Amino acid sequence: MTMIAPTPETVVTPAETFIPPMASPAPEPAAGMPVDAKGLVIVAWSSEYDRIMPTLILASTAAASGIPTKVFITFWGLLPFVKDEHRITGEGWMQKMLSLMQRPGIHHLKMSKMNFAGMGPWMIGKLSDEHHVAKPAELLEAALAMGVEFIPCQMTMDMFGLTHDEMIDGLGEPAGAATVIELMTRPGTASLFI
Amino acid sequence: MTAPNATVDARGLSCPMPIVKTAQQIRTLTSGALVEVLATDPGSLKDFTAWTRTTGNALVEQTQADGVYRFLIRKA
Repeated sequence: MTMIAPTPETVVTPAETFIPPMASPAPEPAAGMPVDAKGLVIVAWSSEYDRIMPTLILASTAAASGIPTKVFITFWGLLPFVKDEHRITGEGWMQKMLSLMQRPGIHHLKMSKMNFAGMGPWMIGKLSDEHHVAKPAELLEAALAMGVEFIPCQMTMDMFGLTHDEMIDGLGEPAGAATVIELMTRPGTASLFI
Repeated sequence: MTAPNATVDARGLSCPMPIVKTAQQIRTLTSGALVEVLATDPGSLKDFTAWTRTTGNALVEQTQADGVYRFLIRKA
């Protein structure tokens, strides 16, 4: 019987691969920090609490990391950026009814699940207080202060009958899909649809 | 030990506010300035390491006492 010498255990470490830096589209540093960050683009499509939270958290953190950050707000995603005092928006009865059914404003977000006629958001509000989690309004303020650019979708603004004056201050110029596609496809840009 | 040029008290705050507040503070300082950050969020341990890597600011020191994390960051 031949003894087969056990093969010494080898730990295979993958060789570190060098990734050449991508051409940067000369971003304007959002937080004024010396970084070679490329960019983050988020398409925010929802007015729901549990989607707005990650949008605002990621956007403000990216901007705080010196990464130029843009959030394209479209469809229901426009509603949290309507000033809170505007209860009913739009011109025609259909636009008005939409805002009645889906109250605009950062303080009136519903949950995507377990809304339970407001019980869900109330409980989440309580829990976030207990755990010192920032409120959507605070996160929005932080995101704006850090230089996140929120770009409203012109087409849905028109469809909902939302005017520039009804939207909160500090938003970027309304734009369309081609603008977002151009931003998203810039080399080195990460994009998210939330 | 050199005294920090500014202190960010992020105790009691949770993600992402300690980072956001630190970034806001660091904006107002010049290159080479030292910022001390106090935080209680356990996630900040990983987050400040990641954030300094992304921004190029240097995490000079990281300590912990009585549930409070203390980060010393030098602005790039």
